[in-house]
Amino acid sequence: MRYGYYPGCSLERNAIAYHQSAVAVAPQLGIELNEIDDWNCCGATEYSSIDLIPAYALIARNLALAEQQQDENGGQLVAPCSACFLNLSKADHYMAEAPDLAEKVNDALSAGGLHYDPGSIQVRHLLDVIVNDVGYDAIKAKVSKPLSGLRVAPYYGCLIVRPGYQAFDDPEYPTSLDKLMRVLGAEVVDYPLKTHCCGGHMTQISRPTALELIRRLLKNAADYEADAIVTVCPMCQLNLDAFQADVNRFFGTDFHIPVLYFTQLIGVALNISPVELGFGKEFVDARPALDKIGTGSPPTGRRRRSREKGLPMPTMSEEG
Amino acid sequence: MSDNAYEPVIVGFLCNWCSYRAADLAGTSRLHYAPNMRVVRVMCSARVDPQFVLKALREGADGVLIAGCHPGECHYVEGNIKTLRRYELLKHMLTQFGIEPERVQLVWASASEGNVLAKAVDRMTEQLRALGPLRWQETVVQQDKRPVSTDAVVEEVDRG
Amino acid sequence: MSEERVGVYICHCGTNIAGTVDVEDVARWAGEQPHVVVARDYKFMCSSLGQELIEKDIKEFGLTRVVVASCSPHMHEKTFRGACERAGLNPFLFEMANIREQDSWATNDRKAATQKAKALVKAAIERVIHHEPLDPLQVEINSSTLIVGGGIAGITAALELANAGYHVYLVEREPSIGGHMAQLDKTFPTLDCSACILTPKMVEVDQHPNITLLSYSEVEKVEGHLGDFTVTVRKKARHVIEDLCTGCGECERRCPKRVIDNSFEAGLGFRKAIYRPFPQAVPKYPVIDTDNCLWFQIGKCRVCERFCPTGAIDYEQQDELLEIKVGNIILATGYKLFDPRRIPQYGYGRLANVFTSLEFERMVNAAGPTGGRIVLRDGETEPKSVAIIHCVGSRDRNYNEYCSKVCCMYSLKFAHLVHERLPEAEVYNFYIDIRTPGKGYEEFYHRLLEEGTHFIRGRVAEVTDAARQPGEEGKLIVQVEDTLIGKQRRIPVDMVILSAGLEAQPDAREVAQKFGLGCDANGFFVERHPKLDPVATMTDGVFIAGTCQGPRDIPDTVAQGAAAAARIASLISQRVVQMEPVRAHIDEDLCSGCRICNDLCPYNAIVYHEDRQVSEVITALCQGCGACVAACPSGAITEAHFTDEQIMSEIEGILWDVRPQGAHEAALA
Repeated sequence: MRYGYYPGCSLERNAIAYHQSAVAVAPQLGIELNEIDDWNCCGATEYSSIDLIPAYALIARNLALAEQQQDENGGQLVAPCSACFLNLSKADHYMAEAPDLAEKVNDALSAGGLHYDPGSIQVRHLLDVIVNDVGYDAIKAKVSKPLSGLRVAPYYGCLIVRPGYQAFDDPEYPTSLDKLMRVLGAEVVDYPLKTHCCGGHMTQISRPTALELIRRLLKNAADYEADAIVTVCPMCQLNLDAFQADVNRFFGTDFHIPVLYFTQLIGVALNISPVELGFGKEFVDARPALDKIGTGSPPTGRRRRSREKGLPMPTMSEEG
Repeated sequence: MSDNAYEPVIVGFLCNWCSYRAADLAGTSRLHYAPNMRVVRVMCSARVDPQFVLKALREGADGVLIAGCHPGECHYVEGNIKTLRRYELLKHMLTQFGIEPERVQLVWASASEGNVLAKAVDRMTEQLRALGPLRWQETVVQQDKRPVSTDAVVEEVDRG
Repeated sequence: MSEERVGVYICHCGTNIAGTVDVEDVARWAGEQPHVVVARDYKFMCSSLGQELIEKDIKEFGLTRVVVASCSPHMHEKTFRGACERAGLNPFLFEMANIREQDSWATNDRKAATQKAKALVKAAIERVIHHEPLDPLQVEINSSTLIVGGGIAGITAALELANAGYHVYLVEREPSIGGHMAQLDKTFPTLDCSACILTPKMVEVDQHPNITLLSYSEVEKVEGHLGDFTVTVRKKARHVIEDLCTGCGECERRCPKRVIDNSFEAGLGFRKAIYRPFPQAVPKYPVIDTDNCLWFQIGKCRVCERFCPTGAIDYEQQDELLEIKVGNIILATGYKLFDPRRIPQYGYGRLANVFTSLEFERMVNAAGPTGGRIVLRDGETEPKSVAIIHCVGSRDRNYNEYCSKVCCMYSLKFAHLVHERLPEAEVYNFYIDIRTPGKGYEEFYHRLLEEGTHFIRGRVAEVTDAARQPGEEGKLIVQVEDTLIGKQRRIPVDMVILSAGLEAQPDAREVAQKFGLGCDANGFFVERHPKLDPVATMTDGVFIAGTCQGPRDIPDTVAQGAAAAARIASLISQRVVQMEPVRAHIDEDLCSGCRICNDLCPYNAIVYHEDRQVSEVITALCQGCGACVAACPSGAITEAHFTDEQIMSEIEGILWDVRPQGAHEAALA
């Protein structure tokens, strides 16, 4: 399976572990990632609120390049970063919906000899490609080191499922990452805040607001005794990981929850060496959590209530 | 409707149980839609002999709308499926005559879907306005594309 | 044909038609059309004066054909046919032009509406000239009735008909009749005990000499038509011999296999592998649930057989197919509760103390799994605060757009029951609007306001156990925008009840097709007329009652059950009813014996005579769809009242203003 690969700026710097792990697991899953030649920044979350046309032109340039390089990507463009994914699919969506916008954007692109026909490139998130194109069964078959004993909180963040231009999961309560983690052998905790905001760039604007949002996410994961939070977005990872110490200082808490990319955990389950997967770059040390793999020590305290006593719980479809 | 502007005329063949009642419901709900469709009621869309469609087009209609119950909801079990088969073939033949495919349309509207039928009529009226009058004489007769009997083709389909 | 004398009547329908269509102009113009002897416009053609006008004209002008341009034929075709008949004219020599529903009500454009009205009138004139006198078909009505579904609608209908002296077959899918009503604790607003008012009726059904109760059975096949249906019923194997079983319940007590009861106890309680759904079940015989019975699953046990004092257990029992003959059918197949797992942010199935409304009904029921105690999922702790969320799955574009009609009232009832059993507990009702139309319903709402229930107006965003503040620890937090104060609120509670809406049964479409009905977009059966004929359907002889037609409460359901029974009693007492003679007929002289029509007929109404090499339509089986007529390559099949000639003439008439005069002859040449 061939795809165009749009790493985005963060995967070159703070989220390099995401890039390394994605590139490491892709061939094992039969995914061929061909980086778009000469790609540029997607404008992140801010630019579109400043000036719309240049913002869309900035994004659409990447789509136009992908369209040009269709031979290498088969018309599919994969973004591992949720913000990039949202921006790319948003530009495609609105250009298709509003022909006059498409005209203005293409006008701008023509300065560089480029043109983009909305709808010609399918924008995908890496999670979507892995769970839907590769599929759970194929991944399961490749797992050589199951993550048994590791309790993970699946954290989707807010950009990947909403507003859903390229929806591949329930926008209110997604479950694809949950299923993927189960396939890898991990124990998945119910994580009610899975789509709540990590604060985004609020850390630079209103620190207390951002820290409170991060605290909630960490606390909820800690309440469920998660050993790690697994993310699909560089922004989420940065906030939860790099600001964890700040949260502890600010609120007097004591969280030590490593925040990992889902591709890193796939890599571990496929028995790829931790160095190749970019481990060691995280602020909150992941080693204690990874040491639990294979041990399966039963956690105590706040767990789902046992079903032996009291009234029966309703069955969920997954449990049959 | 101004005096000079071209207004298409659509003959609608509506089945007694679903689509005719959908048209009734559209009226009862005062859903205003293009007054361009004139309705011929049949018991089932499967009663619509392709000859009826040709007759309507020949007699000056600019388009024909056939409407039936949704597949699986036919009052006569599966009459609408037979209609669908005939319709595909009929369209194929009309295209050979030089008649645009938009001129003969098939829609499903249940008795509770007045809005669906009204929208279909509006949409079709717009399409026909864009296409302009059919002009059967020029399109079919003078170019010697006039219809032979459709029975042979219909027979073929019904056998299949 | 040239000597036909046509009378044309254009109805004003007050201003309903005359407001948009220039009726005087249409009448004047119609008077100038060939064959038309008299054309009039009149305020209300359907009034007795309007009808007398037609009758008088038929006699005075010697009319041989009548056209009325007014409303839909589904509304008044019968009325005007009656007028013709009274004046000695065959009722089928009449034609109606629909210039109300399909013209004046569908546009504001007076000019276009008037032009369209003329086209429709012209079509009717051209068509009616080719009409032939017909005699309605006579159908004898079998006095037995099939009722599908043994909830309160089916029970009511069965008792009405049985008491009138007619035989009823009552088919119920579950092991016992009673339906959803048997699961409920109290009924709103009177707070009657539901079982106490229902079970006497169930017993009456059981003992009624005119009712054959076929429980644990399903309809396999339906054939025939009004007056004469043949229905095949599959009586599923109970593995209990009914003639021997005394209903003592010993088998149930002894059975070692405990199963979560997802049906009657809504998943909140347990039953055995051999069970009666509840102690007052009718009939009293238990059934073996073969999916859970140890003998059927692993080939060991047979405890029930060992302890049955009458030897009524029969592991070898097979399904039975019964063929019954009935004249009419009532479908009363009920509803299914919306599954709140479809709204994952409300936490049902994940968060232990989120309950569905049906679970709560069972919980507060004294005969239920907790003996009527309101407790959390642990079976012990009484909640100190309860949130009741309205409109779960209703009034929501993501799920069902319609209002489920009963949830507001039952949510108020729940609030009352919590106050009654747990006086210290706080109760919150989260609603969009409180909808309490009904006798005594609004008063019940006021009573709850006085009882101290908190009413918070807003659709709940989520129910979560992710605490933010210390006061939220260990609680379920209901996140909602309180639209009356315009603020986001987080209300911590111990228990959440989801007032789930009513949905059509999952197999409603399948059932509808079996009985020749239509379903609306939501899967509810479509009635013949939403206002005037709510229990009849487009299929003669098949009636609907209760929530299979749409969400409604018990009094409305009971009324519909009785109404359907009354409609059938009236048909039965007529003994013979008349049906539209719209049927196909094959002219044997023209038939080439190609047999194309044979396979097209969905009713197998066409037989082929090998000897004469021709096909023939069996009139009694034909339903008049006309599929064969359109397909016949020899033009040998005609459909009475929908002949090729009639429809072709109608097409010519409907296009009178755009016909290329003379050009079509050229085209034919």
